[in-house]
Amino acid sequence: MLEIIDLKVKAGQETILKGISLKIPKGETHILLGPNGSGKTTLLKVIMGMGSFQITGRILFDGEDITDLPLDERARRGIGIAMQKSPVVPEVTLGGLLEMIQEKHGNGKLEERIEALNCHYLLKRGVNENFSGGEMKRSEMLQLIAQNPKFVLVDEPESGVDLDNIVVIGEALKSLLKPPREIDKSRSALVITHTGRIMEYLNADKGYVLVGGQIVCSGNPWDLFEEVNKHGFEGCLTCGRCSHEGV
Amino acid sequence: MKEYNMILKEKAKKALHKKAAYGSDLELSASVSDQKEQPLESLDNLDKRIKEVSLLSGMITDETKRSGSFYQKGDSVIYEKVQEAYSGKVEIMKIEDALQKHSWLQEYWWQMVPVDMDKYTAQVELLGRGGYFIRILPGAKVDKPIQSCLLLDESGSSQRVHNIIVAEEGSQAQIITGCTVSPDIKNGFHLGVSEFYIKKGAELTFTMVHNWAEDFHVRPRTGILVEEDGSFINNYLLLQPVRSIQSYPRAVLAGKRSKVRFNTIVYGQGQSELDLGSLIELKGSGTTGDSISRALGTEQSNIIMRGRLKAYNNKARAHLECRGMLLSTEAVMDAIPELSVVGAPEADLTHEAAVGPVDEEAVEYLMSRGLKQDEAVSAILQGFMHTGIKGLPEILEETLSKIFSNMSEKVI
Repeated sequence: MLEIIDLKVKAGQETILKGISLKIPKGETHILLGPNGSGKTTLLKVIMGMGSFQITGRILFDGEDITDLPLDERARRGIGIAMQKSPVVPEVTLGGLLEMIQEKHGNGKLEERIEALNCHYLLKRGVNENFSGGEMKRSEMLQLIAQNPKFVLVDEPESGVDLDNIVVIGEALKSLLKPPREIDKSRSALVITHTGRIMEYLNADKGYVLVGGQIVCSGNPWDLFEEVNKHGFEGCLTCGRCSHEGV
Repeated sequence: MKEYNMILKEKAKKALHKKAAYGSDLELSASVSDQKEQPLESLDNLDKRIKEVSLLSGMITDETKRSGSFYQKGDSVIYEKVQEAYSGKVEIMKIEDALQKHSWLQEYWWQMVPVDMDKYTAQVELLGRGGYFIRILPGAKVDKPIQSCLLLDESGSSQRVHNIIVAEEGSQAQIITGCTVSPDIKNGFHLGVSEFYIKKGAELTFTMVHNWAEDFHVRPRTGILVEEDGSFINNYLLLQPVRSIQSYPRAVLAGKRSKVRFNTIVYGQGQSELDLGSLIELKGSGTTGDSISRALGTEQSNIIMRGRLKAYNNKARAHLECRGMLLSTEAVMDAIPELSVVGAPEADLTHEAAVGPVDEEAVEYLMSRGLKQDEAVSAILQGFMHTGIKGLPEILEETLSKIFSNMSEKVI
């Protein structure tokens, strides 16, 4: 589904990602852990095609090289993103945006999802305009569901939200990635998490630890999370249990 | 009455060379056309090309969707009609006829706009012909819009009109008025004095669409008086190029709990010089005002968005918002909000002014949902300019959409 080969990313003079390679097969959910500033959000943005970066390496999606493909083309190919901090777009209402997304992607009726994500009262407001942390995340999930992507990028869905909202967002993400009736098992995801709480809702297949722009460890996401909790991210640099090559 | 008219004429003569407070000064011709247009039996009889431009200004020929219509071409009023179902609820007629019919109208004549405000009001008094009188009778709830159109059909011609609108006690209505020119017209000027009287508990929404030509000058002069519990909403749309417009309507909220809202949508194109704004004077207790402007500056346009709130009462509250987007390196935009409180320390006045580009991050965000770049920009521009104007004719909504869609190409 998604393959990244030796991806190096610079913003101005600063090198942010230093040769990332990974593969996320069809139907798998992978988790990305890492300290602040390690390049996690940049990796997601670069996969989506957002921002102004200097890039070398290749990004393949469904076998197609999308490294130079414009952002909107990637979205139409089936890549979707839920951002950690999305911009405020006061000019466009959430309801209006959902209509436009549905025109593009046609994911049937959304009423039940709007209900489940408690977004009714947000539909007439500008996107993210005076939204709380929870409202912003719920709105992101709703947009993703409307977009119906094949591959989902999710940046810290649990940050800045209370426990009740984590449940709502977690359930929505769960049903997006593994629909209850298993109609579509082919959806894949790369999810960034800091607290690991969202992992309770995901049947994640693999995890990575990103430190200083490099993947320093990979493996079972729960094991990785436990290690990080015990020894911190620095521990990943010294433990030596997994090779940096070929992760 | 004769004496009053003499006084007005004298005042006007003295002001014939008086420059306006704002806007570029125009040397106006004092010539008046002798051309007389024939009255129409029906709006359907309008020439096809005229029909099209009228439509773009909100004037529809299917009168089943309107309660009444008024049409002035040049100096001639060619159509005035109240639909049968609204007889006894609405009066529409040429201003000269109204002054003949209602002697009391003299008390409204030049009350909200001083005759000697500047050379333009003076010309309207001394050389003016036509304009409409629209009156919504006491308690009348007029559910279909009243429409009017003021059109110029000849290059180099001029129009000087004086309109009076009276919304009587407890009445409710909506007026859509278009000021426009026929397609091949190049230059000329339009001077329009409009005086509004919103009586106790009356509600009036007034939507004005301006579609002029590239070498056309326009100087509207507007005054509004709102009595107790009265409400006035003014929507103003400028969508086509024009050489210059300067307008600064003044609303006086005299009665308790009276309110006013100005929504202004301006699209600056070509070499348009636009100096637009409003003044809200909050005099009564519990009065509220909103003045919301949205402007897009393209090409070499020069836009000044003014606004002034002036509170005289402790229990007055108003908000002023001027927001602009500049889409050209050759365009100029100024936002000038002013707040003024006169002996009312508890009055609550706020303002917000911003001029900036289209937010690239927002465009990128919408594109991440699958929208093409031009669609994303168009959605943002459309939303930016949409200030909640309701009840616009479909054709105008379509025109707005088309304009934003074309504009997005200029931004990218």
